[in-house]
Amino acid sequence: MEYETVIGLEVHVQLATHSKIFCGSSAAFGAEPNENVDPLTFGLPGSLPVLNWSVVEFAIMLGLAMNCEIRKFNRFARKHYFYPDLPKGYQISQFEEPICERGSLRVPIEDAVRTIGIKRIHMEEDAGKNIHDSRTQSSLVDLNRAGVPLLEVVSEPDIRSPAEAGAYMRTVRQLVRWLGISDGNMEEGSLRCDANISLRPSGSLKFGTRTEIKNLNSFKFVEQALEYEIARQMSLLKSGKEVIQQTLTFDSATGATSPLRSKEESSDYRYFPDPDLPPLVIEERSIHEIQEKMPKLPEAWYKELVEVYGLSAYDAAVLTAERSFVEYFREVFEISSNAKLACNWVTSELFGLLKKAGLEIHKSPIKPRDLGTLVKLIDSEAISGKMGKLVFEEMFASGEAPQTIIDRKGLKQITGEDQIVAIIKQAFEKNPGQLAEYVGGNDRLHPFFVGQVMKLSSGTANPKRVNDLITREINKLRGAA
Amino acid sequence: MFNYLTTFPGNGQHMINEDGVLKLARLARLKIDKAASIAAAAKLNSILGYVEQLMKVNVEGVEPMSHVHGSTNVYRADEVRPSPNPDAMLQNVPDSSGRFVRVPIIVE
Repeated sequence: MEYETVIGLEVHVQLATHSKIFCGSSAAFGAEPNENVDPLTFGLPGSLPVLNWSVVEFAIMLGLAMNCEIRKFNRFARKHYFYPDLPKGYQISQFEEPICERGSLRVPIEDAVRTIGIKRIHMEEDAGKNIHDSRTQSSLVDLNRAGVPLLEVVSEPDIRSPAEAGAYMRTVRQLVRWLGISDGNMEEGSLRCDANISLRPSGSLKFGTRTEIKNLNSFKFVEQALEYEIARQMSLLKSGKEVIQQTLTFDSATGATSPLRSKEESSDYRYFPDPDLPPLVIEERSIHEIQEKMPKLPEAWYKELVEVYGLSAYDAAVLTAERSFVEYFREVFEISSNAKLACNWVTSELFGLLKKAGLEIHKSPIKPRDLGTLVKLIDSEAISGKMGKLVFEEMFASGEAPQTIIDRKGLKQITGEDQIVAIIKQAFEKNPGQLAEYVGGNDRLHPFFVGQVMKLSSGTANPKRVNDLITREINKLRGAA
Repeated sequence: MFNYLTTFPGNGQHMINEDGVLKLARLARLKIDKAASIAAAAKLNSILGYVEQLMKVNVEGVEPMSHVHGSTNVYRADEVRPSPNPDAMLQNVPDSSGRFVRVPIIVE
């Protein structure tokens, strides 16, 4: 029997706010243990949560970007469980009333686009971090992360393969970085994922029994864990056994999943509305204000780059990987007006040097307007592509404007016909033997004279024009002979 | 709607037996013995008996209340306002190691 894979992902997005979701402690990563803590983080009696408005804004932004409906009347709920990384004894989350619902995300996969349903997005607080030490039989708790805001994005079970799951997660990461609501840094845990997976006979509408793989923190692990779990479930089903509904953990060292000690059932969490946080009513006006602040989204940019700017699908994909890329390109284009050339200089030359120097694009020593000027100079043949590259490298090293470097080095390209012909004549005079041979019919001497002219002009003559004009001058001499 | 009343395995609709108490104790990470669970079940059932009475009240058409003071939209701007003395929190925990809070190991 053939089986179909059914996958749904829950992605936890850590938000890039300055402060925590319900108190003023810093939400920054990397502080000393228990430095970003306060009475609320420690769940001390008398402390009260106050909602960080940026979290609401970020949630609505992501919801709008994922075509969700935005809930007007919101409440927070307490989700109870006892664990030392959560001293209050409950996590503040949203339960039956998530802020965003019923959306979709278009995910590019190979040459096609798949639309994955978004079931819900809700706001919640992160828990702290535990380090376990079996030697001393103790667990060490750092509460810096406790209370850092999260959005949990729950997809519909619309994903059909591990590759699609990876593509979906990459699209979520691209989008949250694009919106500036999360750094999407997987090494630092800013994007974590739980995957629900089941198999069913192809054509069946009923879902099979699912398992849930917890806490996958890289694209690679998501795909590996799902591959493993598909094979495991498949062999159970093919040998007539049943898949047991359970929670699994993935060991990246062995590439295998294994059952996690069963935690609470949903009813054991004893969800109820948090009385400490008054309901949140979202006005239509707020949604509009947030919508106004949103940047043009990657898919719209992609379409425009292909259809309006005439770039290839590949170039458009490279430029829309990050909002900073397309914004940089846009400035280069504004000055240079040549999209293809601007794109090449940004994606090959600039990205190459940035990568070598280990720099992010916003730290580029070359400002986009300066690169635009350089591209314009090359496009108008004021300097050759080869000179352009020299100027470019100098710009990267010194941060100077292209004109400054061109003037200092005397790099201006000679394009005037009279000037070039004068240099050609000089080359002819200096090499009478080769000239006679060339005029006599030996065309293999053409590159020799091109070389001589370039040398005499110290490389500043436009090579294409030199090429054409030598042929013309030789033909003149041949006609006269 | 939220389910305010969780039904535990018991004899009545909203009654709790010692197994229910032991389950609750496990969720709350409390260690109690059988005798204590029987005593606790009896006490909890007297509370649940009162809840049973309340359940009989006709609340048709009444919105369940989750907040008492009726205010909405209490929020703050995203500004860091560090606690004046985060170390005081650490000094109050029963056990610590360096800057970490130390607890009995929580994984097997």
